[in-house]
Amino acid sequence: MALVKDSMGMGERRSTSQSLVSWTRLRPYAMISPAILVFCLFFIYPIGYMVYLSFHDWNFVSPTKEFIGTANFTYLLSNLEFREVIVNSFIYTFFTVFLTIGISLLLALWLNRGGAIYSFLQASIFSPHITSLVSVSMLWMWIMDADYGLLNWALNLIGIESIPWLTSPDYALTSLIMVAVWKGIGFNTLVFIAGLQSIPKDLYEAAELDHTPPWRRFLRITVPMLSPTLFFLTIIGIINSFQVFETINLMTEGGPINSTNTFVYYIYQYGFQFFKIGYASAAGVILLVILSVLTVIYFKVLSKKVHYR
Amino acid sequence: MKTPLILKVINGLGLVLLFIIFAMPFVWMASTAFKTLGETLTFPPVWIPESLQWANFAQAWNSGPFLKYFFNSVIVTLFILILQFATIIPAAYAFARYQFPLKNFFFALTMICLMIPSQLIFLPVYLNLSSWGLLDSIWGLILPFATSAFGIFLLRQSFMQVPEELLEAARLDDATEWQIIRKIMLPLAKPVLITLALFSFIAHWNDYFWPLVMTTTDNARTLPLGIAMLRQVEGGAAWNTIMAGNLLLVVPILIIFFFAQRHIIRAFVYTGVK
Repeated sequence: MALVKDSMGMGERRSTSQSLVSWTRLRPYAMISPAILVFCLFFIYPIGYMVYLSFHDWNFVSPTKEFIGTANFTYLLSNLEFREVIVNSFIYTFFTVFLTIGISLLLALWLNRGGAIYSFLQASIFSPHITSLVSVSMLWMWIMDADYGLLNWALNLIGIESIPWLTSPDYALTSLIMVAVWKGIGFNTLVFIAGLQSIPKDLYEAAELDHTPPWRRFLRITVPMLSPTLFFLTIIGIINSFQVFETINLMTEGGPINSTNTFVYYIYQYGFQFFKIGYASAAGVILLVILSVLTVIYFKVLSKKVHYR
Repeated sequence: MKTPLILKVINGLGLVLLFIIFAMPFVWMASTAFKTLGETLTFPPVWIPESLQWANFAQAWNSGPFLKYFFNSVIVTLFILILQFATIIPAAYAFARYQFPLKNFFFALTMICLMIPSQLIFLPVYLNLSSWGLLDSIWGLILPFATSAFGIFLLRQSFMQVPEELLEAARLDDATEWQIIRKIMLPLAKPVLITLALFSFIAHWNDYFWPLVMTTTDNARTLPLGIAMLRQVEGGAAWNTIMAGNLLLVVPILIIFFFAQRHIIRAFVYTGVK
């Protein structure tokens, strides 16, 4: 390594003075320091602060933060409302990810062809992904309007009665899942298509020579070769779904009767509407633990995959 | 082996249905945006309004200080992009090309930040910004995103692929490190830079969560926030005005998407393939 450093120093100026040598040593740190500073101020320190706050009772205004040990956590875990939030988050995440991945995989197998029509359709189903969640939420609020909405009109056309999509606790969470699936399908499909296209063609050619039937080719070649993509999309989907906020805030505000309240919205409510900072932080710490476990699993499996190859 | 006609027809119908599911909501948005209030309250709905109500757009635009929102959006997005490039490029170069003590530690730190979503830490960041007096200012919207762990990660990979001989040759010609970055590294990393710029632009132009949490007055509010507030007008939601406002938000992005489709799709799908 010393060799590399010396050659760098000499490349700049032949007369290697003491200050130049130390600059070559300091230079990497100077180059990463702006980024590291931002990370420390806006990511690392806040995480620590959140953990600290989760053991305290504080209402944002009072000058003192009272240490109350794990009281926030024990209260959270015994609280019925928070249990609902956890259940809602898990239901939302499970169905959103399951449906998005399942439909996207089928669409990818279907749309993975050349030609203008197929690339046009790929772009069409992708367009919701780059549309602001504000517009997606408000557009679907209007489409799901109980009285004048397009969706109920379409249902009535085929003889199904109108459904109170967003105003009934029985349907609200389902409606939010539908919107999430609609928004997410394009991205997932295109990632699957990219995965399909990266499978070496000769694998299929060899199988064809052996007269392997198509469904076996799918099970023996496509599925295993696609599994890293499948795994990636599943984990990313789970992590993102656990943080859902925008659609809930805009479309249902956690209601009706708490039926669509999930993690981030709950933290937002307790932090910004009820000013229970310690309590909200404790909920944040629990979410942090869940997301960390998922991330560790992701990297564990990923590193195995890399070695396996 | 020829595909039977019936299968072709089913395939065609399926494609049309798929297109309807994804395009119809946007058509509906545009249709509503041009209706009178009365026309939005008919059931079954009308698809084509009797006359185009351009006034809806003016009404949406004038219902709040939208010029201010628009400028805030432009400034915030622009500054984030500039700062991100200013911090990402040197950091990625140092991580890719230098050996230095604690390098792995700092890179691990970067990777941890890649995993921390802003949706998780908004509360402590809010409290910090508040104690630094940055709340409700555009700096509170810019500084937390002044760098991007994702960007450092992608650009570092791209920089690592440049052959060492190229750099050695440049150094023999007395090129400074800055010249090497500017003349060799950045041109070779151009696709990744475009990817990052598009990715970041769309994410922050569309962002609703962070401005919602960090602003309390019109001083620093951005366009998505202003659009979201359209539904809080007195006398119930006027869907024609709301959709007109949303059309103003959606159309620019869709136009950019239309022209830079390949780049944008690659920008987003990139992460999935790697």
